[in-house]
Amino acid sequence: MNLTYTPEEEDFRARLREWLGKVLPTLPAKPSPDDWPGRRAYDLGWQRTLYDAGYADVHWDASPTVRLIFLEETEKAGAPYVGANFVGLLHAGPTIAAEGTPAQRERWLPPILRGEEAWCQGFSEPDAGSDLASLRTRARRDGDHYLVSGSKIWTSHAEAADWCELLVRTDPRAPRHGGITWLAMPMDAPGVTVRPLRTLAGSAEFAEVFLDDVPVPVANRVGEENDGWRVTMVTLSFERGTAFVGEVVACRRVLGELAREARSNGRWDDPALRRRLGRLNADFLALWRLTQWNVSEAQATGGVPGVGGSVFKLRYSHARQELYDAAADVLGPDALDLGRPWTLDRLSSLSYTIAAGTSQIQRNIVAERILGLPKGR
Amino acid sequence: MRFQLTEDQRALRDGVRQLLARRFDADALRAAVRRPGRLDRALWRELGAAGFFALRLPEADGGVGLGLPEAVLAFEEAGRALLPGPLLATHLAAGAVPGAADGSVVVAAAGGGGTVEWLAEADVVRGDATGAVELRSVDPLTPLHRLPRGSGSAAADERAAARVPGPYTSPTGVPDASAAVLLTAAEQLGSAVRTCELAVQHARTREQFGRPIGAFQAVQHLCAGMLVRVEVARVAVYAAAVTADPVDVAAARLLADEAAVRGARDCLQVHGGMGFTWEAEVHLHLKRAWVRTHRTGGATESEEMLADALTAGTR
Repeated sequence: MNLTYTPEEEDFRARLREWLGKVLPTLPAKPSPDDWPGRRAYDLGWQRTLYDAGYADVHWDASPTVRLIFLEETEKAGAPYVGANFVGLLHAGPTIAAEGTPAQRERWLPPILRGEEAWCQGFSEPDAGSDLASLRTRARRDGDHYLVSGSKIWTSHAEAADWCELLVRTDPRAPRHGGITWLAMPMDAPGVTVRPLRTLAGSAEFAEVFLDDVPVPVANRVGEENDGWRVTMVTLSFERGTAFVGEVVACRRVLGELAREARSNGRWDDPALRRRLGRLNADFLALWRLTQWNVSEAQATGGVPGVGGSVFKLRYSHARQELYDAAADVLGPDALDLGRPWTLDRLSSLSYTIAAGTSQIQRNIVAERILGLPKGR
Repeated sequence: MRFQLTEDQRALRDGVRQLLARRFDADALRAAVRRPGRLDRALWRELGAAGFFALRLPEADGGVGLGLPEAVLAFEEAGRALLPGPLLATHLAAGAVPGAADGSVVVAAAGGGGTVEWLAEADVVRGDATGAVELRSVDPLTPLHRLPRGSGSAAADERAAARVPGPYTSPTGVPDASAAVLLTAAEQLGSAVRTCELAVQHARTREQFGRPIGAFQAVQHLCAGMLVRVEVARVAVYAAAVTADPVDVAAARLLADEAAVRGARDCLQVHGGMGFTWEAEVHLHLKRAWVRTHRTGGATESEEMLADALTAGTR
């Protein structure tokens, strides 16, 4: 049991840190949250910068530990987040790499790495949120195309995406988890309509996507027809495993900022608040250790992250909400000011116990798949 | 980074688990409850012979020569088995008090937290237990004395530590005060692991309304919460064992206390009326977990230390 990195890994960290110190001051200002074309250009530009420096494929080809170091260092340095590249780099890309044909890998992977194409995720539906397997968007075969009809929701970056990783029902008579197929749908195909949704934080962070007989080439199918559920599970295990590394680092930084703010505005003299921040420090410290444990396990087994990701997500999503509630206590009336980043972060943290499988669904997963309790109703 | 148990560490953990399963099984536990305040000296010597107390003592001094991670694994197993006795005080006395290392001498400590465990059964008492008054201990497996008011504070801990015979810093380089907090956390972790197991076992087999209660989401979610707290506490305890950093130790202590106390309560809830009976093992875990939360380096001290670390800029 150790927490030391190899000389090669430390070397990677040092080189990355030096490069970040040089390149970050040269970046343009971040666009406003509602400026989707601007955000797309900014995020793809950052991916191109990573590509040119040889860091583009760190999410795919590097060892889990190197990936951990990359996420830790970029977050510490305040580098841009994956943003509009999130689905391409962390969902669609890994899925295509694992399940796609050589031609599909050649077509889609390089543009993701070079920051030329952005992806979005068409999984959730109005009537199929955490119960993903009840999705109803239909695809019927018409020659060498599927014709897709239905609607998707909670689709982040839909306005800015070139491609959508789309789950469709190809056999309505099959059992719930069968009859589902994974397609790569071009967002500029005829019949695609995007309607942005305003979140409680005030910004249009995601969208509804309406699909009306959208033609998608059969060649865009990843995996076999009706085998999409298995392909999807590969994708979701990536999402729950390593997606939050940078965020834990960010939360630990915010916690330090909160303590300094409390020191300067006098709130630090309140022992109850101080102890609350101390306890949050323990939580985020442990979440960082859990990240290291999971990464180390993934490195040892060579596999994708397992259901242990649910344990992490449960604790993390609640800790994040407690962090920003504590921030509101530190800020006092300033917590009501939307101009304060912590206020916006507090609002957006409300999504964490819902998105990517609600806490209730995660507890079902822990109970049934880890603890082996009988299937519930 | 190989933040996973090594083969040797797994073997050590399994070895301690087997020893305790053989020498301190459910029947032995019940027998111990029936004669409160009495320590099984034969078992104590057997623990000594197995190296439990001398685990971190250098081989040159007749010890096993292992480190804090291995001690943490052994104490986790002790917590899991609800092993009674002043394990921590005797372990910390190995090398400083003759006979502690091999289990021929039982050592109690009036360190901190305001109470002394197993004072009457101890052959040697470290620290100042003057004026200690016997309590009717809530835990039938841990006899307790209350120290005079004021002597349980952090400052008094320092003074008591300074009076402890032998070196304040153990041969492994880890201060005893820090090791005491971490090994307490390890015991709490083991207890939390066990109550989670007990709850899941019960939920799988106990039938109500025609199916196992574990099929009800309300029960499933109680159990899932228990496992989440166990796993979070586990990584915190193991990481603190590797770094021996006081801030890591404080975090481990907080999370392990939480996992043990809330885990025992939730386990009791899953057991329903049965959980409220003396026969069920659950109450023993809860009571022992409460006793451990009163040891030195408890919630307030740990939270304050973690808060201070935030503004020190080191975390």
